[in-house]
Amino acid sequence: MARKESKLGAGQRLKTALQWLIALAALSSSWQALADWSALNMTKGVTAISREVYDLHMLIFTICVVIGVLVFGVMIWSMLVHRKSLGHEPATFSHSTKLEYAWTIIPIFILIGMAVPATSTLRDMYDASGADIDIEVRGYQWKWQYTYLSDDPTQEVKFISSLLTPQDEVYNRTPKREHYLSDVDNPLVIPINKRVRFLITSNDVIHSWWVPDFAVKKDAIPGFVHEAWAIVEEPGVYRGKCTELCGKDHGFMPIVVKAVEQAEYDSWLAMKQQEALQVYETVGKTWTMAELMETGEQVYAQACQSCHQANGQGIPPAFPSLVGQGLAIGPIDAHVDIVVNGKAGSAMQAFAAQLNPAEIAAVVTYERNAWGNNVGDLVQPRAVNALISSEE
Amino acid sequence: MSMTNQNRQARTTLKLVGVVLSMFVFGFALVPLYDIYCQVTGANGKTASAYVVPEEGLAVDPDRWVTVQFLTNNNASMPWSFRPEVRSMKVRPGEMNQTTFFASNPTGYTMTAQAIPSVAPFHAAEYMHKTECFCFEQQVLATGEAIDMPLRFIIDPYLPESVQTLTLSYTLFDITDTTASAAAE
Amino acid sequence: MSAVIENHHDDHHHGPDKGLMRWVLTTNHKDIGTLYLWFSFIMFLTGGCMALVIRAELFQPGLQLVVPEFFNQMTTMHGLIMVFGAVMPAFVGLANWLVPMMIGAPDMALPRMNNYSFWILPFAFSMLLSTLFMEGGAPNFGWTFYAPLSTEYAPPSVTFFIFAVHLMGISSIMGSINVVVTILNLRAPGMRLMDMPLFVWTWLITAYLLIAVMPVLAGVVTMMLMDIHFGTAFFSAGGGGDPVLFQHVFWFFGHPEVYIMILPAFGIVSAIIPTFARKKLFGYDSMVYATASIAFLSFIVWAHHMFTVGMPIAGELYFMYATMLIAVPTGVKVFNWAATMWQGSMTFETPMLFAVAFVILFTIGGLSGLMLAIVPADFQYHDTYFVVAHFHYVLVPGSIFSIMAAAYYWLPKWTGNMYDETLGKTHFWLSFVGVNVTFFPQHFIGLAGMPRRYPDYALQFADWNMVSSVGAFIFGFSQLLFLFIVIKCIMGGKKATDEVWEGAEGLEWTIASPAPYHTFSTPPELPERSMA
Repeated sequence: MARKESKLGAGQRLKTALQWLIALAALSSSWQALADWSALNMTKGVTAISREVYDLHMLIFTICVVIGVLVFGVMIWSMLVHRKSLGHEPATFSHSTKLEYAWTIIPIFILIGMAVPATSTLRDMYDASGADIDIEVRGYQWKWQYTYLSDDPTQEVKFISSLLTPQDEVYNRTPKREHYLSDVDNPLVIPINKRVRFLITSNDVIHSWWVPDFAVKKDAIPGFVHEAWAIVEEPGVYRGKCTELCGKDHGFMPIVVKAVEQAEYDSWLAMKQQEALQVYETVGKTWTMAELMETGEQVYAQACQSCHQANGQGIPPAFPSLVGQGLAIGPIDAHVDIVVNGKAGSAMQAFAAQLNPAEIAAVVTYERNAWGNNVGDLVQPRAVNALISSEE
Repeated sequence: MSMTNQNRQARTTLKLVGVVLSMFVFGFALVPLYDIYCQVTGANGKTASAYVVPEEGLAVDPDRWVTVQFLTNNNASMPWSFRPEVRSMKVRPGEMNQTTFFASNPTGYTMTAQAIPSVAPFHAAEYMHKTECFCFEQQVLATGEAIDMPLRFIIDPYLPESVQTLTLSYTLFDITDTTASAAAE
Repeated sequence: MSAVIENHHDDHHHGPDKGLMRWVLTTNHKDIGTLYLWFSFIMFLTGGCMALVIRAELFQPGLQLVVPEFFNQMTTMHGLIMVFGAVMPAFVGLANWLVPMMIGAPDMALPRMNNYSFWILPFAFSMLLSTLFMEGGAPNFGWTFYAPLSTEYAPPSVTFFIFAVHLMGISSIMGSINVVVTILNLRAPGMRLMDMPLFVWTWLITAYLLIAVMPVLAGVVTMMLMDIHFGTAFFSAGGGGDPVLFQHVFWFFGHPEVYIMILPAFGIVSAIIPTFARKKLFGYDSMVYATASIAFLSFIVWAHHMFTVGMPIAGELYFMYATMLIAVPTGVKVFNWAATMWQGSMTFETPMLFAVAFVILFTIGGLSGLMLAIVPADFQYHDTYFVVAHFHYVLVPGSIFSIMAAAYYWLPKWTGNMYDETLGKTHFWLSFVGVNVTFFPQHFIGLAGMPRRYPDYALQFADWNMVSSVGAFIFGFSQLLFLFIVIKCIMGGKKATDEVWEGAEGLEWTIASPAPYHTFSTPPELPERSMA
């Protein structure tokens, strides 16, 4: 099997793919094919549990390979030798009680051999007691929200974590960079060697929160809270994904967890708490149109664009256009209301939970004055804040 | 084809149609069966309805403290403000506890809400006894109206030793549309 | 069906009518079998085109061809069409053609219902396919349609989807009632149940499974319909329901459904391997018992599809152990096939090639299924491409290969002509290479961490996705060769003998080739007990 250089010019990737194929076909143990083990196998991960799971995986995998080699070996031998073309005469046996008992009973013992370690690993995974930090993980269409539970509501750190990859990379207008589709704006930050308990739930449909390096995968189900936990042993950035089909952007809501030393975690947390305070203060000042438009454009790209599109045209009928029609050029109160409260029975969410009043004011102002919507009016963050907290 | 054979076929066919119909009914019977399964195993951390304290009361373990965390969330486009009075309590199993949750309706119309409880870890759900809870009924709030909602509960002294922290989550669902259509019928 | 022998009988027409109405009004099991098989092949190509859209989009990272909304519609429709439109009707078609001929019956027991059960299908699938052109698009919530994505968050076309599923269910239920009534009542005098060919046995058990679980599917979509339109809250937590309940009810149907798609395949392979090994099937009795145990176990393992929904540990352990048990009867079957080949006198015509590939590749799928049963490891495998690789291994080189094996094996009996052996073997090797190149790398993609139902992916998954897409196109286009071979065989070719294959046993090989329009109008005399 001579290797031919691809002349198709369909890029380096096709060439690599062909090389993989040839290498695999030539000899499955080719070192070239196995050079990058991480592209082929489950990760060992960075927790005691994830290593247990990896060992369990390798154990069952090995057992399966051995069984496969034995059974296929017998069949292939038979196919090569017991051929009519070689003049082999058929035997006449059609059953053997001993043999049939043997291959019913022996597998049961093999299965027990697999079930024992599986059961003990599962018991370890299910014991989430004695947590040092509790974090609520909440799935949204199509992003994650993390809340660090705290007895003091002013100390509560809560933020949305969404995809960082720009649409230009997705639609091949600019080259794809490292961590394409695997990077978020606000990663979850946790300290190492601490037992972190995740309380997983959802805002809308079922999502599933999966970080392979922690061997944690739990469905996020609206109305119910499920727990999972991890003690991360090495500092690092660990990337995960949503693994339950949750609609349009199911593939575009990655998870990034940054595990850091305790000291770094403490200062990060303090910074986050400071930020929360600042947000509260920015709500108080009077904003100019330019400031609102500038902030609004950023907020729009982060929170609105995936549905209503960069040009505001949306994807009707599910995601209506904002250009030259509807609330975006209608009464400003109704416009603020739908962003704050969402629209029941539609994909439009209540953004009061996700955006601060300044961000809401900015994005509403932006929508009213972008893409040729020259309504000219603006709304101040404090007005939005008044609406949100009118009861308090 | 003899007549008896025809009869036999008709009988087999009828029996099979009977199986089909009963399996269709069985599909629906899975709904209450699932509720029983949830109650027995605590799946999804569902808690039971109002608990009646036995006459003799529950034995209080004076040396044991359990942390109960309260988590509040709004589902989907639910715009109400909804929060607990305290984020967590340290309680003794067997003792009655009380706390309050606040809700208010900032919208321009009357809305109906339902709070759905869920306990983590699951196996603690059956030890969370609520004698009074706003989740037992729907909440109707007019424009701008606010409400204080009490919760009274006892943690069963038989709560497994391994459980030191118990999270009680409430998710508030907007059920204005469904209750309106039910009322219209 | 070119040549047809005129044959008088009270219950039937004098041979087939001419023209279109023959097919619309037919109550002949052979005609209906043919209709089912062509219908399933058309659906196979339709679902295959959708698969190629998916694989073309996944050829490279980035979105090149479709938007994510449409991608989700493709994965959903591909799954629904392949399961309900391709695999199941193909097996029903084979049952129609073969069951009466194998048990010496003149026709199916309920011929008029047989006609209805087929003609429902084109309406059901037209309705399903029409959703692609509706406002809001086709169903986009996956073939497992988990609530609330398929209820509160579904496109308006979900109502048509529900009706289409109802129609498919009614069709399957009628078809399987027919199979059971036929097998229980119309066997040639003297043929005991334990004398029946394994294909008949596996279909009898499959029909019982269908009768038991299709009504549950009807129930679950009815609940969805009520949630969407009548204000009930079976699956909405806000109204006191539970989205996880949906998954339990769905998989109570769904897991037996998985075996519905593989048991008849076991029957086919158990017919083909002995023929070409020129040796009796090893362990007939244990084959029957193993099939029955697999069917029984399929009812008590459903929640292994939902280990990550957060079940109590006792539930997880129970479903893990029960699932692992399925390996035992399945193992018995594989060992029996291997023992049938052992010391045989084998030749490798196309049906045998497909059958042997079935045994090996299905076993690979079975072994990865065993890995998926192990709960802690499943947390890492669940909803990744590892699962996609697993179920495509049992469905494509499993069910589909068995259907192709059956087509090549019985085509000479159906048409009276031998198919082109060289082309048949070419088709086999292209399919075999295509399937493995497509699905084997998906094991790697899954273990490395790529979830299923993703329209786009991170760069580290690029190489194997490209390989997989290349394989998919090889496999897809080689099916056009299959179409050509079948048409060529219908048009003419070397005349087939009545026995067709040297080592073939069974009543269908005692009648003329092509099979006359009416067979066994008088029940056959059975040879001494050697049916098995």
